[in-house]
Amino acid sequence: MSVHPEVIRLLIFLVGIIAFAALNAAYLVWLERKEAGHIQRRIGPKEVGWFGLLQPLADGIKLMTKQLIVPAGVDPVLFRIAPILVMIPAIMSFVTIPFSDTLVARNLDIGLLAVFAFASVNVLGLLLGAWGSRNKYAVISAARVVSQNVAYEIPMLVTVVTMVMISHTMNLTKIVGQQMGGFWHWNFFNLTASPLMPVAFLIFFVCMLAETNRAPFDMAEAESELIAGAFTEYPGMGFGVFFMGEYANIVIGCSMATILFLGGWDCPFGLYPGVHWFLLKMYLLIFTVIWIRWTYPRTTFYGLLNLSWKILIPISFFNLLLTSAMLKVFKP
Amino acid sequence: MIGYLNEIFSGTWSLFVGLGITIKYFFKPVVTVQYPREVLTMTPRFRGHIELVRDPETGGDKCIVCGMCQKACPSGCITVTGDKVEGAKKKALTRYTLDFTKCSLCGLCVEGCPADAITFSKDYNLAGPTKETYVFDLKKRLEERNG
Amino acid sequence: MSAFAQTQLKETFVINLGPQHPATHGVLRVKLVMDGEYIVEAEPVLGYIHRMHEKMGENRTWAQFMPNTGRMDYLHALAYNHGYVTVVERAAGIKVPERAEYIRVITAELNRISSHLLWFGAFVLDLGGFTPLLYAFDDREQILDLLESVTGSRLTYSYFRFGGVYNDIDGNFVPGALAFIKRLRERMPMYHALVTKNIILRKRLEDIGFITPEMCRKYGATGPVARGSGINFDVRKHEPYSIYPELDFDVPVYPKGDSMARYLVRMDEIEQSMRIVEQAIAKLPEGPVMAEKAPKILKPAKGDYYHAVETARGSFGLRVVSDGTNTPYRLKLRSPTFSNLSLFGEACQGMLLPDALALMGSLDLVIPEIDR
Repeated sequence: MSVHPEVIRLLIFLVGIIAFAALNAAYLVWLERKEAGHIQRRIGPKEVGWFGLLQPLADGIKLMTKQLIVPAGVDPVLFRIAPILVMIPAIMSFVTIPFSDTLVARNLDIGLLAVFAFASVNVLGLLLGAWGSRNKYAVISAARVVSQNVAYEIPMLVTVVTMVMISHTMNLTKIVGQQMGGFWHWNFFNLTASPLMPVAFLIFFVCMLAETNRAPFDMAEAESELIAGAFTEYPGMGFGVFFMGEYANIVIGCSMATILFLGGWDCPFGLYPGVHWFLLKMYLLIFTVIWIRWTYPRTTFYGLLNLSWKILIPISFFNLLLTSAMLKVFKP
Repeated sequence: MIGYLNEIFSGTWSLFVGLGITIKYFFKPVVTVQYPREVLTMTPRFRGHIELVRDPETGGDKCIVCGMCQKACPSGCITVTGDKVEGAKKKALTRYTLDFTKCSLCGLCVEGCPADAITFSKDYNLAGPTKETYVFDLKKRLEERNG
Repeated sequence: MSAFAQTQLKETFVINLGPQHPATHGVLRVKLVMDGEYIVEAEPVLGYIHRMHEKMGENRTWAQFMPNTGRMDYLHALAYNHGYVTVVERAAGIKVPERAEYIRVITAELNRISSHLLWFGAFVLDLGGFTPLLYAFDDREQILDLLESVTGSRLTYSYFRFGGVYNDIDGNFVPGALAFIKRLRERMPMYHALVTKNIILRKRLEDIGFITPEMCRKYGATGPVARGSGINFDVRKHEPYSIYPELDFDVPVYPKGDSMARYLVRMDEIEQSMRIVEQAIAKLPEGPVMAEKAPKILKPAKGDYYHAVETARGSFGLRVVSDGTNTPYRLKLRSPTFSNLSLFGEACQGMLLPDALALMGSLDLVIPEIDR
């Protein structure tokens, strides 16, 4: 019986994506601890393996050996599927992200829409988990996360709509295809489409930080100032899966920023484009995400919402209008 | 309106300045000492637990069993016992017990000793399984140090 | 729950900012009556680390109480040492040589700088920024090394004695202290750029946690809390002791009364303390560090004596009642943080919880000092 080559290709991609997501989730923790260490003028983990490279393995084994306590009064279905609901959209978004012009699992024509649609399900998983925990503090904390996510989705999607207007397509591979040939073609420097393009990148980046609940917007996790965070009732590996989901979301967010603004797999000088450039740019953005976390204090909850509703949304709408005006004038 | 835009610009600039500072420290060398692979030496006046000073002439201790340290200690950690030895004017030390679990390293004992028989050690590696490990017999420790 | 809260007729619930908590520095319990997100009433519950220092004072001789003074506020222990030796010297009529007075002021001011640096790091840590804590600890480590080479201890100093200090400074102390001051002066602009001017921190501290001067007077708050509300009172200037009248320094006062004002008062105090140390080192005379006629067994004259010193947290007062024997009859310690914390109950009404935590951080609480 012969197997269709497309099935084999999909299976390889499936395994590859899950492996990529899992390895990233594990080793981004290592990167975070090392980078935080060096910013604070100390070495991060160093005992377990060279440069602490086996530390994530040790942490993973520790998490797996913990007893999975399911508290007595929880809703049996919601409590158990919440971590999965957070993890699945992140992994599914990897399906349509092009790592290079040939390395993409499924090049959907509405790839951009698919990624952002999956990102919204992430919030639902968090809320269901908190609701299913039957812990009033977790519900309060999760309600805050929901309003934070809703508030920051708006500027992010407005900026994405601006990019779609410029690129005339939602196919991610074609969007990168229009930016090939050196860094002056990248959307970040595409000032004829909109002079506020770097500002748009900044808005997208900030919204991505808020969507993934990263500092300085991490009220949900660091809420353990008083009220316990949204994940209190989750033991060991349940918490571990939420965390894997968070790091996978960071990878997706940085990949989208690379594809939309920084030219995907394009070399800055147009020489040897390929997947290595994509990965380099993505990891530089992840480095910046971690760098931001360890530099700033946390915003308060209303400061966070004020930032979105009063600052980011007006600026992104202004950018949208400006882009449409520029497109009308300069590219009839 | 001007104030609003001004705040946005100055605020964003302050954020970039902060990032610049942390990345500058990222590339500088670490300031931590990798203990236990690297060990620091203690300063001469470091206050570890007290120990008996070796008398170079006799090879033993200099204590005259006057009991000043025992009276001076606020926490009652020191117990000194001695015996009269024939042919010597002063008493000789038989047992010097320091209960280090109560000591607050105030230095009143070292300051008050008329014979300069005790001093601070430089010992900081103190971790043990039971409380009794830290009831020191200082005379025995002196003999162990002398070999 | 007080009558005030019960008459509010809202759906309030009581929550414990419990004894074990990352944001309260020490074992402090605060009973909060909350209406949703807003605090209706706050009641600090103290006593979790009461160690009976005042009672110990009655059962120890005058010299034996020295280590206790270093353990109440362990962050600025030398000022507490200073207050105790000054009040007993006043009672017993012991004169202290010049060099000892200068050494006392130099070491106490260095200790004040280290206390403010730790406050700075811990405060920004409460607000969520992890890195300035480690930068501040890098500087604080230099001070601790300097003071260790002189006194032998790093935190709970028992260095001052009646009539002087325990031992003289060694040859490396003065160059080390001057090098440290030069280094910290270069690093202070970094702290201001990284933390003070940061828009996120400014949004969290400006116009948050107002404390009026009337509130300060009502509860007896002193130190940076009062100076951050516009009250110009510093014990070193207004009730001078030791050699402070000969030194030239300013007292930073910010009239606004919000958390940012208290923050700026302490940052400016670091700069002023550096000035004091430089001047004192320049004027350091030669001579003995211990009075010759300091009696071994101290029996001060009968009477009632009081002395106050300016610590990093406020005015620390000691009242000593002597009955002529070698142990005090009564030793009363007036703790500045106790008065500072008392105004928390009134100041945080109607605030949101993260703002109340920022206010508590800006009060610079050290709980062992409250409970003694």
